[in-house]
Amino acid sequence: MRAPSAELPICFRDVTVEAHGVTILDRITLALGAGSPTVLIGPNGSGKTTFLRIAMGLTLPSAGTITWGGRENVAPVRRAIVFQHPVMLRRTAAENLRYALKVSGRIPREVHDARIAELLSLVGLSGFGDRPARRMSGGEKQRLALARALARDPVVLFLDEPSASLDPAAAKAVEDVIRAVTARNIKIIMSTHDLGSARRLAGDIIFMHHGRVVEAGAASTFFTAPQSDEAKIFISGDLLV
Amino acid sequence: MDPSVSAFQLLLTGDPALLGIVQLSLIVSMSAVGVATLVGVPIGACIALTHFPGRTTVIVVFNALMGLPPVVAGLAVFLLLSRSGPLGPLGLLFTPTAMVFAQVVLVTPIIAALTRQTIEDLWGEYRDELTAMNVGAVRRVGTLIWDGRFSLITIVLAGFGRAAAEVGAIIIVGGNIDGFTRTMTTAIALETSKGDIPLAIGLGVVLMAIVVLVNALAWAIGRAARQYAG
Amino acid sequence: MFARRLLIAAVAAFFAFPALAQDKFITVASTTSTQDSGLFGHILPLFKKATGIDVKVVAQGTGQALDTGRRGDADVVFVHAKSAEEKFLSEGFGVKRLPVMYNDFILIGPKNDPAGVKGTKDIVKALTAIKDKGASFISRGDRSGTHIAEIKLWTIAGIDIGKDKGPWYKEVGQGMGAALNIASASNAYVLSDRGTWLSFKNRGDLEIVVEGDKRLFNQYGVMLVNPAKHPTVKAKLGQQFIDWLISPEGQAAIANYKVNGEQLFYPNAHDRDA
Repeated sequence: MRAPSAELPICFRDVTVEAHGVTILDRITLALGAGSPTVLIGPNGSGKTTFLRIAMGLTLPSAGTITWGGRENVAPVRRAIVFQHPVMLRRTAAENLRYALKVSGRIPREVHDARIAELLSLVGLSGFGDRPARRMSGGEKQRLALARALARDPVVLFLDEPSASLDPAAAKAVEDVIRAVTARNIKIIMSTHDLGSARRLAGDIIFMHHGRVVEAGAASTFFTAPQSDEAKIFISGDLLV
Repeated sequence: MDPSVSAFQLLLTGDPALLGIVQLSLIVSMSAVGVATLVGVPIGACIALTHFPGRTTVIVVFNALMGLPPVVAGLAVFLLLSRSGPLGPLGLLFTPTAMVFAQVVLVTPIIAALTRQTIEDLWGEYRDELTAMNVGAVRRVGTLIWDGRFSLITIVLAGFGRAAAEVGAIIIVGGNIDGFTRTMTTAIALETSKGDIPLAIGLGVVLMAIVVLVNALAWAIGRAARQYAG
Repeated sequence: MFARRLLIAAVAAFFAFPALAQDKFITVASTTSTQDSGLFGHILPLFKKATGIDVKVVAQGTGQALDTGRRGDADVVFVHAKSAEEKFLSEGFGVKRLPVMYNDFILIGPKNDPAGVKGTKDIVKALTAIKDKGASFISRGDRSGTHIAEIKLWTIAGIDIGKDKGPWYKEVGQGMGAALNIASASNAYVLSDRGTWLSFKNRGDLEIVVEGDKRLFNQYGVMLVNPAKHPTVKAKLGQQFIDWLISPEGQAAIANYKVNGEQLFYPNAHDRDA
């Protein structure tokens, strides 16, 4: 039996993560629902990546609970993630996508080839199918990882710094894909420390600092009328320590 | 008499006794490596991917067994297969099967230990992606073995090099019987003791050529892997 | 793909072994001297032609060959140390001991003869001289027939070699050919059977220094391993081999084996005392 697709809302209740005596996430309570992209911003080390891993189900909280559609311990059947440094399997680009299609098993094998072509074209990699995935450039890998995540037919898609270390053209290509994905009713939850990217993409903002959620709300409110001092400093472009 | 001339003469004329010896050596070592691969790769993968009490001890033991002296492996298999031993009724002592058995004992720890290392490294790299893709345990093992295939082939070739070059185990359990259990290494030992140095050199040349070939193959595979996997 | 194909080939080869093994064969535990001298290479094809039986020879020292018989890992033992053979019989591991052939031991030494023993026919005097001069001597040291014979000769010379050996006396623990190689490389004296010496090719500066003493006589005997001790022994085929060895045909085959025109072994199956 396929697990039910009710992944949303994702609810954090007093979620704390500690490792080696350091608090990485500090009593976070919030809910993530369907809709436009939610973007996590905040300086390096503020806990964005750990937040995404918790929400994906890859890391267990030290304290507190996390639920997907009201239930705990839901296998990541309709969730997918693109890591900041995606690891490609030692196969061609097309075979990387086929692998994800096979594992998720949501569509019959006869249509895998067609789906692979469609995904490659969506991320602008048509004609790259036969290339060894690990020999591709950073931007190409990032887009291929996006396609591989989409191959799992997710309801929620987590993106960890999807455009970091990409040149502007590659970053724009990735942002275009994110918009296209959102248009297909897939919930995007992504982290970035690129304020421009956050402004362009975000419906909601979660602003983090030192493992705590300092502000959470609509992007328009956040950027025009930030409440906290940290957010004001961060938005102004000053260094926040 | 120049010994090397005779050695090459034997090679060039395709002496049937020499060819038979070369053939048996290859069959025995390839069979042993085949069995050791079927046994060692899954064992190595399982150790790499599971946690159980005493795991560290098992890893240390397998690493130590990589250096198992062939004569010790030979002696153990000899005691096992002797008519007076526990597996005596099978009547396998002094047969090629016994030689395969002994070499399996020698090569399996090498393949298991190196596979464990390879799979563990690969798992460290793939863990997040495979977990995020909700990959089940069986497919996980299959994926790691397949994606580690270039390293694993190199490991298998290393095992073959070890098997093809050893004499201590097979001379004990095979008995170096003419035309039946005589391999290149045992024949070299015998011909040297008979003082027939040219034939010993001839066989040595063939053995060296095979070892060089295997290493060249391993190198080529490694290069292909780097080009493919980056 | 390549790995998979290689695996399949290897596995197929593994299971092909039973097909390689002929049904009609016996295993004979024998000595390095009979193998290294090439005798088996000469007589076994004749035996196979006469009976269709394959003989697999495991060549070891006499002591080790008898142990192989004791464990039941051979059907027939064919060795050369009468006292050890009689012990094997008295323990019940052998059915009957039959003399087959003889040759002789010879003392091999370097051409410059540091112990000055060349020309003498008295092996006991020669060994005494080697010990007194401290000339290098290589001993098999492996409980082989030749080793047992060597120890007996030291005893006759009144020398307890276990106690009296010095740095000049080296036990190498290897077969006859290996011992000759070592003697050749280090210009030492060594006791050898004549057969191995005649077919030995890496002589270097070695030559025969003492021969012809009747105490150097070297008798070979053959025994069927007792099926009552080890039911797996192929008694019928093994007996066929023994019968052939002592038959006129087998004895002639032994007599006809020559290296460079020289006869290596002298059949004497009908000498009851041998």
